[in-house]
Amino acid sequence: MILEIENLKTYYKIEKGVVKANDGISLSIKENEVVGLAGESGCGKSTLIRTIIRLVPQSAQVTADKMNFMDQDILAMPEKDFREKILWQGIALVPQSAMNALNPVYRVGDQCTEAISAHTDYDKAECEQIVKRLFDTVGLQAGMMKAYPHEFSGGMRQRAMIAMSLLLSPALVIMDEPTTGLDVLVQERILRSIKEIRQKSESAVSILLITHDISVIAEMSDRIGIMYAGRLMESAESMELFNEPYHPYTLGLKNAFPSIKALDRELISIPGSPPNLIEDIPGCLFAFRCPFVIPECEKTRPPDLEIKPGHMVHCIRTDDVEEFRKLAGDKKTWQSSRSAT
Amino acid sequence: MAILEVSDLKQYFYLQPTFLGKLVGGAKPRIIKAVDGVSFTMQHGEILGVAGESGCGKSTACLAIAKLREPTGGDILYKERNIAEMSKSETRNYRREVQLIFQDPYESLNPRYTVFDSVAEPLRALTDKSKAEIRERTNETIALAGLTPEEYKNRYPHQMSGGERQRVGIAQALVLEPKLVIADEPLSMLDVSIRAGILDLIRDLSKRMNFSCIYISHDLSILSNISERLMIMYLGRIMELGVTRDVITDAHHPYARALIAAVPIPDPAYKRPIPKIRGEVAQPIDPPPGCRFQTRCLQVMDICRDTEPPLKEVKPGHAVACHLY
Amino acid sequence: MKLENVKDFFVTQYGIITSNRFGKFGAAIILFFGVVALLAPWIAPHELWESLRDSNGKLAMLRPPSLEFPLGTTAMGRDILSQMIFATRTTFLIGLVSGLISIVIGANIGLFSAFYGGKLDEILMRFTDIVYGMPFLPFLIVLISLFGRNIWFVIIAICCIVWRTSARVVRSQALAIRQRQFIMAARARGCSNLRIIYGHIMPNILPLLLLYTSFNIAWSVLAEAGASFLGFSDPDNLTWGGILYNLWISGKIRTAWWWFAWPSICIILLVSSLVFISRAYEEVANPRLKQR
Repeated sequence: MILEIENLKTYYKIEKGVVKANDGISLSIKENEVVGLAGESGCGKSTLIRTIIRLVPQSAQVTADKMNFMDQDILAMPEKDFREKILWQGIALVPQSAMNALNPVYRVGDQCTEAISAHTDYDKAECEQIVKRLFDTVGLQAGMMKAYPHEFSGGMRQRAMIAMSLLLSPALVIMDEPTTGLDVLVQERILRSIKEIRQKSESAVSILLITHDISVIAEMSDRIGIMYAGRLMESAESMELFNEPYHPYTLGLKNAFPSIKALDRELISIPGSPPNLIEDIPGCLFAFRCPFVIPECEKTRPPDLEIKPGHMVHCIRTDDVEEFRKLAGDKKTWQSSRSAT
Repeated sequence: MAILEVSDLKQYFYLQPTFLGKLVGGAKPRIIKAVDGVSFTMQHGEILGVAGESGCGKSTACLAIAKLREPTGGDILYKERNIAEMSKSETRNYRREVQLIFQDPYESLNPRYTVFDSVAEPLRALTDKSKAEIRERTNETIALAGLTPEEYKNRYPHQMSGGERQRVGIAQALVLEPKLVIADEPLSMLDVSIRAGILDLIRDLSKRMNFSCIYISHDLSILSNISERLMIMYLGRIMELGVTRDVITDAHHPYARALIAAVPIPDPAYKRPIPKIRGEVAQPIDPPPGCRFQTRCLQVMDICRDTEPPLKEVKPGHAVACHLY
Repeated sequence: MKLENVKDFFVTQYGIITSNRFGKFGAAIILFFGVVALLAPWIAPHELWESLRDSNGKLAMLRPPSLEFPLGTTAMGRDILSQMIFATRTTFLIGLVSGLISIVIGANIGLFSAFYGGKLDEILMRFTDIVYGMPFLPFLIVLISLFGRNIWFVIIAICCIVWRTSARVVRSQALAIRQRQFIMAARARGCSNLRIIYGHIMPNILPLLLLYTSFNIAWSVLAEAGASFLGFSDPDNLTWGGILYNLWISGKIRTAWWWFAWPSICIILLVSSLVFISRAYEEVANPRLKQR
């Protein structure tokens, strides 16, 4: 088990109150597995990433029942140790708009070799070999090592960042919106590179892929988690999540995405917007936008039910899911939710 | 009568050579041919989708059509009148009939204006309506965009969500009852779960208010859902143009085929084919003669390198610019 | 509707100014001086140029502050308190009028320069550069000498110089606003150039404008004080600087500390208050300052 998180809570204290950015997230990533987290703005993705790599501000309150990386407690670990031993070597991050993270005055290859030699004992030639190999994996020519960042196109820079994240052979790479803002052909190339990395890699690497693009998640992930307002609403193996979704939010998301393979399908949007995370919401966080809400939903927080092995749902109305699946395909259902008025 | 007829539209930008270049001598200004010969027509009430990657010139072309930038060449005929020859009063009229919806809901609204002021602004700037008329029309349009006027008219942009702001932008565009609306990627900065609502809004209003719409996007999935005809651009030229269903299911141009193959599908069981294309997207700077796609095409022939392929019909209503046909 | 807007405007401005500790202090001082300026003829115990005699019939020359003459008297036996009160009115007037006119000039030059760009921008900015290069006080003195020692010429002379800083700053802010997409949107919605400049760009630089209004008034007061201390002011309309000038030419500057103290303190107070108010606006114009 590479990453094990149980009941992670990250609260930010601000003037007006407490923002519960992450309110009880549990997820686990196995060896050589791609876990995709889907969620829209405000769902808590960025906070989760920052909490894992320990970049949250001092004023934030982080608690968890368990937060282990390869059986080491990374929450309790002193920051210095985390930075020296885990960050980049164990857990690497490809941040959003990573293309702007490269230093424009140094050659890309030099930036990479420097990163390796700072953390390991390899000599220059060995470092270069590693970089060359990784560039090859992501489809960049070896000659590009001598180039400067501005000579790379947007897509190439993103691929270079992905290669850089793998320099120290980490066990886990966190990718934050790796393809957002990029054209579809460039996107495809990057996703293909990631797949090739998984196939070629001598040491298995797990990936935590975070994006709002359901299509990308569907294509890349072994397991998928749906995040909303700081919690996981549903998580399961990819095929199962798509073929047998349980949570109303998942059902809504499925119908919100157009597909060129389904030209006549009606698109349905979920009215309303995510809740303000400062407010104390006693019941389900999705209740306000849910078309299947009952009074019970708003009184207490639903439990995390394991409806089937490996399939978690955060909802109390799982028994009626067959009916929900039928109703979710009809626009009128969503118009009737409270947030639509 | 076609509502819009664009012939051989060109928009070139000139890059001045660097100081060093001029010093060393011989450095000519480089030309960015952002739009290089775009021709198409639009009928009343139709929704035309314009697809292409960044740098293909779709937004640039539409700025010229909206008369916000003077084109370098070509003609744009609106209701058979050349917009370059329009007088000042004709231009005012043009602005009443041709409007834009912008991509960034956060940036396209004046942060100091309330919703009411923003939506009333086009009326105040372009018409002589009385205060009462303006108030009525503004509230009407705000409601049309799906926002309750009482609740929203005094709000400021920073007090609203992205989707609400985009609705205000749509209201701004529609308050003058335009005949042609150019929507430049209106959904790309919105959350996915609310995109469908805004898309439906545009589609419904287009039918109800009977306006034509040029919908620009790089997202073929969205275009496949809303546009009736689809135009695929690359480096300033049209590669393929036809009824959406035809273009998507029966794409002819190698670029169109590659683009469509690359579109991800929200289905884990789907195995995406590898798009038949090579290289990276080029810049439209000092392009070589011939087909713009020659550097990336896997089926490139000699003729592609010196003659530009014309946009020719391969089926009724379906045209392709490629020497293979 | 317009009247409501004006009232709202002033209420908002008052709120902004008083949100800051300095702003509160500055507003209080200015209010005080404003009231004095307004009520001058009614609250001054004596006439402006009246030479007074004391209870013994002697000319009340150079008396230090006492119960009879709270701020003392001048070499000609004039009551400094009355002089200060009348001078407050004049100084206030000159400062306010010059400040406002110069911000109008500077803001418009900045806005039009930024909006139209090209040749107009070049011409206007080169002109601004030239005016920038001119030394403040000497130039003022030359202008006043040319125009004459009349209060309105003093105002005009001050305006000719003080606008230069605001022009530069307004231009750079307006340039930033002009690039933003809502300006292009306004053009697409049919707004004329003037409408965009005054209706869309200006409202977005309002905090900056108000900040510089305050600064301009402060600089005007300083300019006037400097020029009149050197004798370049309207002899009929006394200002604080004018009082100091009178002190200087009487030669009693080393002995009559009271004659020196009150005008100087008031000049410092007024200018500081205006700067404090600018500080309050600075926080609005640049919200990051508030976090410190």
